[in-house]
Amino acid sequence: MLRFVLRRLGVMVLTALVLTFVVFYLTNLPPNLEKLARSEGSVRMTDAAVASWIIDNGHGGSVFYRYAEWLGVAPGWVLTDDKGVTRGLCIRQNDDPALAPTFCGIFQGNWGFSTVFKKPVLYSLGKSMAATGWLMLAVMVVMVPVALLIGVLAGMREGSRTDRVLSTFSIASSATPEYVSGVILVALFASPATGLSPLLSGWGWIGGKTLFLGTATSAMDNITFWNFALPVATIALYGVGYIARMTRASMTEVMTQQYIRTARLKGVAFRDVVLRHALRNAMIAPFTVIMLQFPYLLNGVVITETLFNYKGFGWMLVTAAGNNDIEMLLGASVVAVIFVLATQLISDIGYVFLNPRIRLS
Amino acid sequence: MPDTLSWTMIFALMAKQFWPVWVALVVTFVLSIRFKRKLGLYGKLFDSPVGMVGFAIVMFWVFTALFADMIVTFDPLAQLGSVKNPLPGSPTPAGADGQYPWFLLGGDHLARDVFSRMVEGARQVLVIAPAATTFAFLVGITLGLPAGYFGGKLDTVLSFMANLVLAFPVILLFYLLVTPEIRNTGIPVYLAAILFLIPILFFVVLLNSRFHTNPPKRNLYVGVTLVLGLWAYSGLAFNRDPLGVWGMAPNLLNVFVSVVFVNAPTVFRIVRGIVMDIKSRDYVAAGQTRGEQAWYIMLWEILPNARGPLIVDYCLRIGYTTILLGTLGFFGLGVTPESPDWGSTINAGRKLLSMIPHPAVVPALALMSLVLGLNLLADGLREESMKD
Amino acid sequence: MTTAWDPSKPILEIEHLSISFFTRLREIPAVMDFSCKVMPGESMGLVGESGCGKSTVALAVMRDLGKNGRIVAGSIKFKGRELVKMDDEELRGIRGSEIAMIYQEPMASLNPAMKIGAQLAEVPMIHQGMGKEEAWKLARQIVADVRLPDPDRILNAFPHQLSGGQQQRIVIAMALMSKPALLILDEPTTALDVTVEAGIVDLVKDLGHKYGTSMLFISHNLGLIMDVCDRLCVMYSGEAVETGNVVQVFDEMRHPYTQALFRSIPLPGADKNTRPLISIPGNFPLPHERPQGCNFGPRCDYFEKGRCDAADIPMSDIPKGDRHASRCLKWAEIDWNAPPAARVVKQKSPIGRVVLKMEDLKKYYSISSGAFGGGTAKVVKANETLSFEAHEGETLAIVGESGCGKSTFAKVLMGLETATSGSIMLFDENVQSTPIQKRNVDTVSSVQMVFQNPFDTLNPSMNVGRQIIRALEVFHYGKSDEERTNRMLELLDVVKLPRAFADRMPRQLSGGQKQRVGIARAFAGGAKVVVADEPVSALDVSVQAAVTDLLMDIQRENKTTLLFISHDLSIVRYLSDRVLVMYLGHVVETGTTDQVFNPPYHPYTEALLSAVPVADTKVIRKRIVLEGDIPSAVNPPPGCPFQTRCRWKSQVPNGLCDREMPPVRNLAEGHQIKCHLSDDILAQMEPVIKMAAE
Repeated sequence: MLRFVLRRLGVMVLTALVLTFVVFYLTNLPPNLEKLARSEGSVRMTDAAVASWIIDNGHGGSVFYRYAEWLGVAPGWVLTDDKGVTRGLCIRQNDDPALAPTFCGIFQGNWGFSTVFKKPVLYSLGKSMAATGWLMLAVMVVMVPVALLIGVLAGMREGSRTDRVLSTFSIASSATPEYVSGVILVALFASPATGLSPLLSGWGWIGGKTLFLGTATSAMDNITFWNFALPVATIALYGVGYIARMTRASMTEVMTQQYIRTARLKGVAFRDVVLRHALRNAMIAPFTVIMLQFPYLLNGVVITETLFNYKGFGWMLVTAAGNNDIEMLLGASVVAVIFVLATQLISDIGYVFLNPRIRLS
Repeated sequence: MPDTLSWTMIFALMAKQFWPVWVALVVTFVLSIRFKRKLGLYGKLFDSPVGMVGFAIVMFWVFTALFADMIVTFDPLAQLGSVKNPLPGSPTPAGADGQYPWFLLGGDHLARDVFSRMVEGARQVLVIAPAATTFAFLVGITLGLPAGYFGGKLDTVLSFMANLVLAFPVILLFYLLVTPEIRNTGIPVYLAAILFLIPILFFVVLLNSRFHTNPPKRNLYVGVTLVLGLWAYSGLAFNRDPLGVWGMAPNLLNVFVSVVFVNAPTVFRIVRGIVMDIKSRDYVAAGQTRGEQAWYIMLWEILPNARGPLIVDYCLRIGYTTILLGTLGFFGLGVTPESPDWGSTINAGRKLLSMIPHPAVVPALALMSLVLGLNLLADGLREESMKD
Repeated sequence: MTTAWDPSKPILEIEHLSISFFTRLREIPAVMDFSCKVMPGESMGLVGESGCGKSTVALAVMRDLGKNGRIVAGSIKFKGRELVKMDDEELRGIRGSEIAMIYQEPMASLNPAMKIGAQLAEVPMIHQGMGKEEAWKLARQIVADVRLPDPDRILNAFPHQLSGGQQQRIVIAMALMSKPALLILDEPTTALDVTVEAGIVDLVKDLGHKYGTSMLFISHNLGLIMDVCDRLCVMYSGEAVETGNVVQVFDEMRHPYTQALFRSIPLPGADKNTRPLISIPGNFPLPHERPQGCNFGPRCDYFEKGRCDAADIPMSDIPKGDRHASRCLKWAEIDWNAPPAARVVKQKSPIGRVVLKMEDLKKYYSISSGAFGGGTAKVVKANETLSFEAHEGETLAIVGESGCGKSTFAKVLMGLETATSGSIMLFDENVQSTPIQKRNVDTVSSVQMVFQNPFDTLNPSMNVGRQIIRALEVFHYGKSDEERTNRMLELLDVVKLPRAFADRMPRQLSGGQKQRVGIARAFAGGAKVVVADEPVSALDVSVQAAVTDLLMDIQRENKTTLLFISHDLSIVRYLSDRVLVMYLGHVVETGTTDQVFNPPYHPYTEALLSAVPVADTKVIRKRIVLEGDIPSAVNPPPGCPFQTRCRWKSQVPNGLCDREMPPVRNLAEGHQIKCHLSDDILAQMEPVIKMAAE
């Protein structure tokens, strides 16, 4: 078991290195650096000036070396200009260059400075991740039980009316991406012009103009049901359908197994056949799916946060990408990649634990 | 100036606009149901209500895309008058004679007809999504077959690469890969050069493995494939088709390559799994014992027997690709600003969403119904293919 | 539980039962007008070919026919209570407590995620309301009852940690947990090896006596039915055609189908040349294509037009019989003792020069142990010093159970794997280290293979003709497509299939027909050596004879060397010239068929011979039941591979068997065994099978 975890961890580290390198390479392409030079320096810089700005700010040279610098395994760049001022990756303003450390990449905790938010990357990341954490938590709490319940209820009697209704619902919800469900939910529940809200306020049932809030910006400070329900529902809806379908497929397959017949013919009541005999075997596949759903959840988070103006991780990623905020984008990518890899690892280990056939062979 | 239409009238008039679609749908269904026993899996689809509904929705959009020119009431790019966001059913400003008198589903912030843009958007989606999915499948199959069949180091390397792509959050990949800056570096073209070469390789190997026992036939088939394939390749990947038939705008190529790139690893994993299952069958051993080449066994003995799950996944994946394209449009990535595709229309409409929902809701519902149709179709196919 | 039930009345009484399955297109009758009675303590056999409806009857008794199945007429009475009309609640009280069932696939019928103990204890907890602790105690006792070693370890194990034989014992234990009155066994040993099967059969018989349980035993194997049952019911195409006590039906059958069935199975005394088997002509009718009148009519030698196909035929009692009945109009007219008319005596084909010679062939695999990769690599010795010769026109049988290395040997010979050491001389060429990709077309086409599973042997998405033509193309046969097409049609003639089959897809063919196509494909390049890997074991008995004969005929015609891999000693005795017995990668005995089937035996051969059920009341068989299961090839025992189960081990002094691999000894010209037993002990061995009349 330990060997297995170590091997997986090894592969994970390798994957993380390759992926971060790809991100580093793509964000540090010459056109991006030129754009950075013009936005940091001056828009009217000549091409030659841009080229020298890039070199002067440590963005010249081999991309591999710069990646190593950024990681913190190669010494940070140090340049002394004509005026005798020594600047470098590890030298903070007004500090003595001689005292500055040699290495200062993300391993040393130096994640750079965001050009958009004008704050250290780590600070902005931490804040936005906390916000997204709450969103994710709420989504998981809603999505997983609902999806499993739908899947199990639909799958335990294949072809029944319950199955038809629930399956149709899950197919429909998995056909509704976040930017569609978000738009429809807002139009239905958070628009003073259409949907439910005008009716409700006409009857005097709600005080404000709309039932729910169309933006979640206020949830940054204070989460309430009225400002958080729509974004959570938007993300959960797409996932519910997907997980429920997986659960149903797994459940129907298990229900046709010989050992279910054995249980039935032992005289086990249907309820216990489902709960004691089928459920555990049927949960193995969906567990993996749920864990692997996290990366897609990240997608949903980005879309939903943009749509509802909730300043979390996704919103920040979009803002950083849209404004060529290279260091911010790099930091966000590292977090995203590690997050995805961690879920994969948990999914693998969990699969082994749920499945005695693998665990004990 | 005509009156504002009621919702009933709006639907009636829309239904009238769609007449070519209705005719085509009726013809398709009548013919299919009559001959369903002779049509294999496609015919069996008409035994499943779910599958039929799905197929009807999908075909509705396919025919809409096909007959878009006959259905639209206005040029989808034309700005009609100066009133912003006219409501559904409101009359158009009096213009030239013969102009359609209403905004059936309203207009957007530039007073462009929402209905016409929705119809034209179907055409955009239904060209790119199936094409990109097909390419993703060819790439996934070409790499998944040997990975599953040979296993070992090859499998380890290919699987690692597939997992690399899969571990990338899709949105991040799009933000990095679909930008004007990256187009300047030529990376999409290099990627396209590799990705588009794989289908040609696929067909050459496919035909060669089958006909190598008969060289004249083989030379003919492989030759024709190479000429056609490389011709299209020169146009699609490098935009240098000498005859100017094949070609793709740089931004479109960028979107296309990214979508293929995102989808192919999943297909790879599915194919690999199926191959590992099928390769232990006796008919594969029979092929091996008569000394068949590995590629013949993979392409002619294994692949045809994997078609069931692959067809089902193909339908699902077109739906997923549609969603991805919508996502790209939603973030304004890789599309021209005036493009009527559904994703960017939703994006444009969402700014005033809570006050004037129709410019965003209409394409949202359109996209949802197409994906729903594809999912239902896949479900019906899965159910029927398992009944054998 | 039930109070008003008289123990002299039948436990189970089925009367005029009809069962149908309903599909979207039509109603498919699966069982028609089926009646049978099982008395207390009696064991009833249901025998028939696949699709005859025997399992459907069993499931109907359990009232578990699924969504589409329905009992359309008749009654099933259990202890006088009508099962057909019971509701779910009542049924649940009976299932598992009064009627229990044992299934074909032991692995599939145990829940993979539950401990054995929990699965066993559940039964009394549901039915007797027993406490958990008490139930586990009972489970422990029953596990000991089914003769499993170390019950405590087993109760805490998961199903996949047990071997196939142990799993089946657990399934039996589960059925016995609440001492049911009726036990239904649906092909309980089909998935097991013969020597393991023998142990299970013994166990079932003993426990039946011990607990006084009645049994409904379903099998396709007549020999097994004879071993286990008192009475039997022969089924054909959804109907019972003959019923009676086992001895009576076996010796004085009164239905043409029963007779044809017995003539098509290789009993001792049958011989491929002088007394060949007689296969039943035609095919089993599909449920919706059953003929008018007698279902067996179209395939029956005694068929009389206008009479047998006029109306449905009722069961008629045979006077003087022990509740003996037959569904035949002409049973009184037929001369049941007349010898079969169409028995063609065939010429024995001459045995020619050596075409295949293996010397000291070794094949080792290295596998990495543990589920998580890594771990230490272990070596599996699939084949150890395999040496033999095969001659032109000869049938060499390779006999052994699972894990004995016979499939590995086939792979090495075919070139799908290369040998670790040793040599394989094919004609005069050494092919030992030549993988198939490097062999030339002639070598490849001259060594071909017939596969075991008919449902797997043909590519499901390519038509029959195309598959044969492909083989011709690869073997460079003919110059044009027409030539190859003609040859393909000729090959279909050779395997006695209609030429129209060329355009059929494999799914439209029956198992036997698919196997014929497989044979045609193997002989497409004029194969000189054909490896037949259990070619008939997955087929129904009546079809087995036809396919076996076909193989023999083609062999005679082409002077082919046939390597016949099988675990079924009856068929091996019937068709082979020489036999090679393998156990855990070793050849333990080799010799001519007569030498191997008569003493002195290798102890394993002796046990194997004794384990194979023989459907002949005149045969007296010595019962030798081996202890335990076949050891894993990954972890073979030290010394002699068979020493863990050998009943003669005590006859060898000094524990030699535990320490040393026995040498190969020549007992007679061409007869070799690998055993430490001394010559005089070997000479004392008695024959396992004797004819009672002799």
